[in-house]
Amino acid sequence: MLTKRVIPCLDVRDGRVVKGVNFVGLRDAGDPVELAATYDREGADEVVFLDITATHEKRQTTVEMAARASEELHIPYTVGGGFSDQEKIRAMIAAGADKISLNSAAVRAPTLLTSAAALFGSQAVLCAIDAKRAGSADKWVVYLNGGRIRTDRDAVAWAIEADRRGAGEILLTSMDRDGCKDGFDLALTRAVARSVNIPVIASGGVGSIEHFAEGVLEGEADAVLAASVFHFGELTIREVKEYMASQGIAVRLD
Amino acid sequence: MSFVIIDYSKGNLRSVQKGLELAGCESLISARAADIRAAEALVLPGVGAFADASAHMMASGQMQAIQERIAAGVAFLGICLGLQLLFERGDEGMPSGEWAPGLAVLDGYCRRIDALDAQGHRVKVPHVGWNQVVYGKDERLLAPLCADIADGSNFYFTHSYQCVPACPELVLATVCHAQEFACVVRREQVFGVQFHPEKSSQKGLAVLRNFVRFVTEINGPRIYAVSGGGC
Repeated sequence: MLTKRVIPCLDVRDGRVVKGVNFVGLRDAGDPVELAATYDREGADEVVFLDITATHEKRQTTVEMAARASEELHIPYTVGGGFSDQEKIRAMIAAGADKISLNSAAVRAPTLLTSAAALFGSQAVLCAIDAKRAGSADKWVVYLNGGRIRTDRDAVAWAIEADRRGAGEILLTSMDRDGCKDGFDLALTRAVARSVNIPVIASGGVGSIEHFAEGVLEGEADAVLAASVFHFGELTIREVKEYMASQGIAVRLD
Repeated sequence: MSFVIIDYSKGNLRSVQKGLELAGCESLISARAADIRAAEALVLPGVGAFADASAHMMASGQMQAIQERIAAGVAFLGICLGLQLLFERGDEGMPSGEWAPGLAVLDGYCRRIDALDAQGHRVKVPHVGWNQVVYGKDERLLAPLCADIADGSNFYFTHSYQCVPACPELVLATVCHAQEFACVVRREQVFGVQFHPEKSSQKGLAVLRNFVRFVTEINGPRIYAVSGGGC
């Protein structure tokens, strides 16, 4: 039986981990590859690097990071952020990224998803969706540029289109919950998970160990992603997976 | 020893090479048929779609070179699509009803994963993530890859297509996603794994280490030879 995945996410700028990382035993707490390798040893199923490098010139540092990651990591990793055209995607895949994640650029030009999936295979293409509740009903719209720009696009409809266009997975972030530590938006996660035929990674809002299990049991997510609870040492990957297993969720513990 | 990782220009193969390196084995990443012909062991990693890979390998002369080396008894490990390419044909990336040719070292074909289980429940495809590799009856045949790795261990899969071997003897281990299907196949010195050992953390590295040991053993007196296709 396919296990549910636990995925730490690292924000990276100019090849360095952003935000303070309070991690015991790291020689260089700012090195994303070393941090990711630690998560690999702890039992992380995958790693996501979210590139928030602002300038074009510094993008090369992310490509170099990906190349180092393919040497040091023995689990799959995704690089997301800043892919506006096929050439940038190609450079990242050539550097060794197993998957790339498309967000705003795919909403603006959905054919980017189609062509990336055709060129590199669906397994290499994640569609990241930042969604926020619109009004009180269970309706969510897509936001762009890290939550700064609102669109009228329905998040569930966009997920269905991304699936149809060849995305291999959906990385779904609730902008309402992101950073709030009060758990995933379970209704959103479930609405998307039930609407698509590809795996959904729940993101945004994890603050406690229970939230991980909720994302799977109530949100029906195939994988759960978190950042700060891991980086600040509040929870280890192992603890999270053991807890999920105690709740009857199949996880990889070997 | 000349250990060649076959490059069909679809992606980065460094993680496979690094896995072999950690097993104490130097290897060459090459797209050249001449390097394949000189190889004493071959690894065919899996990236892209069956039809693309098949067309590229035929046009570049890799297909024939690999078939020759396998017939000469050289150890071979196919990973993911590299396993699928061992079979006679596959329809991934082909117009409906058409097939692309594989290496035809193993009898059988490759098709899209059936997303419905016996109860009619739909599972998600691609089959992405960590799943348990369940050994078949004859664990001795598995030993060159799986020695010291527990039955039922988790490995990383990412694929939408699966192989359908013509005879059960080829199948050494299975995985279940809606339905059971082959994830480790073998005929003499030719192995295929549907999972990615280079992405399966310590267990995956152990598989590569075992394969390197196997290659080292058989490349003493070469006792394995293959004649003809089929099982």
